[in-house]
Amino acid sequence: MSVTAVSRPASLVQEFRSGLDAPICLTWELTYACNLSCVHCLSSSGRRDPAELSTAECKRVIDELERMQVFYVNIGGGEPTVRSDFWELVDYATAHQVGVKFSTNGLKITPEIAARLAGSDYIDVQISLDGATAEVNDAVRGAGSYEMALRAMQHLAGAGFAGFKISVVVTRHNVGQLDAFKAIADRFGAQLRITRLRPSGRGADVWDELHPTAAQQRQLYDWLLAHGESVLTGDSFFHLAGYGEGLPGLNMCGAGRVVCLIDPVGDVYACPFAIHDAFLAGNVRGAGGFAEVWRSSELFTSLRSEQSGGACTSCSAFDACQGGCMAAKFFTGLPLDGPDPECVRGFGAQALAAAGEAPLPRPSGDHSHRTRRAVPVTIGPRPADGARAPDRPRAADGLSAGEGSRAAGPRSLPDRACDQSPLAGFSPHP
Amino acid sequence: MSTSTAALAGFDLDAAWQLHPQVSVRPERFGALLYHFGTRRLSFLKSPALLTVVSSLASQPSARAACGAAGLSDRELPAYAQALATLAAGHMICPRAAA
Repeated sequence: MSVTAVSRPASLVQEFRSGLDAPICLTWELTYACNLSCVHCLSSSGRRDPAELSTAECKRVIDELERMQVFYVNIGGGEPTVRSDFWELVDYATAHQVGVKFSTNGLKITPEIAARLAGSDYIDVQISLDGATAEVNDAVRGAGSYEMALRAMQHLAGAGFAGFKISVVVTRHNVGQLDAFKAIADRFGAQLRITRLRPSGRGADVWDELHPTAAQQRQLYDWLLAHGESVLTGDSFFHLAGYGEGLPGLNMCGAGRVVCLIDPVGDVYACPFAIHDAFLAGNVRGAGGFAEVWRSSELFTSLRSEQSGGACTSCSAFDACQGGCMAAKFFTGLPLDGPDPECVRGFGAQALAAAGEAPLPRPSGDHSHRTRRAVPVTIGPRPADGARAPDRPRAADGLSAGEGSRAAGPRSLPDRACDQSPLAGFSPHP
Repeated sequence: MSTSTAALAGFDLDAAWQLHPQVSVRPERFGALLYHFGTRRLSFLKSPALLTVVSSLASQPSARAACGAAGLSDRELPAYAQALATLAAGHMICPRAAA
């Protein structure tokens, strides 16, 4: 019989792989509208979609989540706070025992709002920041976004909101700032959360230039090991487990098994990084609602069955990394049963080089701002260490990998990535 | 935290305990999921019997009584005491008087 009560990750992983009756938590993007145009926005946000769920429809989804006993939702967008009914929906969710963690670029976090947020145990806030300096942050998130985020942090800290999250997507240009990010978090009494850059949404256009080099991945892994559970990762770096010692968390992909994404128009995808028809399970507007999609959709049923590790199964690191991230493979054109593009053994880089210039899958939707706002994408000098994955031309849309950045939308990133992973915030107790 | 250390050092089976008021419990086939809205931590109960124990803490005079009511034998008690100690350390359960 099982001795320990709490957390013995090893055997629970099997339970999670075969799926639960309800997600442990899920990501819900409330709108595609955003005031920013981050170059790596994983949902290609910018403009509101006219078909977005109405207030009443959102409340029906919350009612379902309450019935399914989903502990909390990770709300994002777009910038979710630009919805005029945002606070109404937050209040509705918390009144129905569904906790809310929302990601924001800080736009609406005034001292008054901060005080209100600090008063609820059922609300958590995550401020997106992709550079520990304005220069590095604004190159990705747009001019003025660093200042806006820091102002929001000041307001939260000033209101006594302890432990809000500062969410960082690790890139080639900020990986050297990890200690500086930690210092910012410590200064505000916040908790640092760092997640992986995914080639999803507009992120596909800049991934070649922004994803950490092989040498930087090792640096990141060592830093994560040194900081343990004091830094949250949403379990998003499980591909790094191939280096040896596993990182805190369950080290598995929870897509369609314990997490999923509801997008602004009600479409349900396996995970927030996989907004593509290939990962679309259904829509909450269907007759059976969200529960039906979660429990019975063909896609989720298939994700919960035994997955083939393909070529990776013969690798000694497979047990640790499980082949890495499905979305990262898909959007870089790699087979789902092959290595992750950032495989620490280098098999991903080889596969990318071999794949050449084949057209890549594009996200299903694009809500980027039409005005070609000059996104300040001077993404800085390329590191000269030669260790990075080979860049490839993006045949699909004619943009070369480097000029990336179509104009664009916003949202902060992968904040929630796997954060939604049940594993996020989960600590293997002794 | 000092309370955590104390809880891990030895769990008082004869004290009155209860689920922490900010903790939500979701039964699962393997036991249950627990989420603490204050600490924002997730935990797991790895057996249905442990769920029975935890659920009845508030209505039993002591943790020992809750274990007995769940049908646990003396031989099983130490393992469950350890499990409860871990839950107490994570503030998932708390002494009833302190609630």
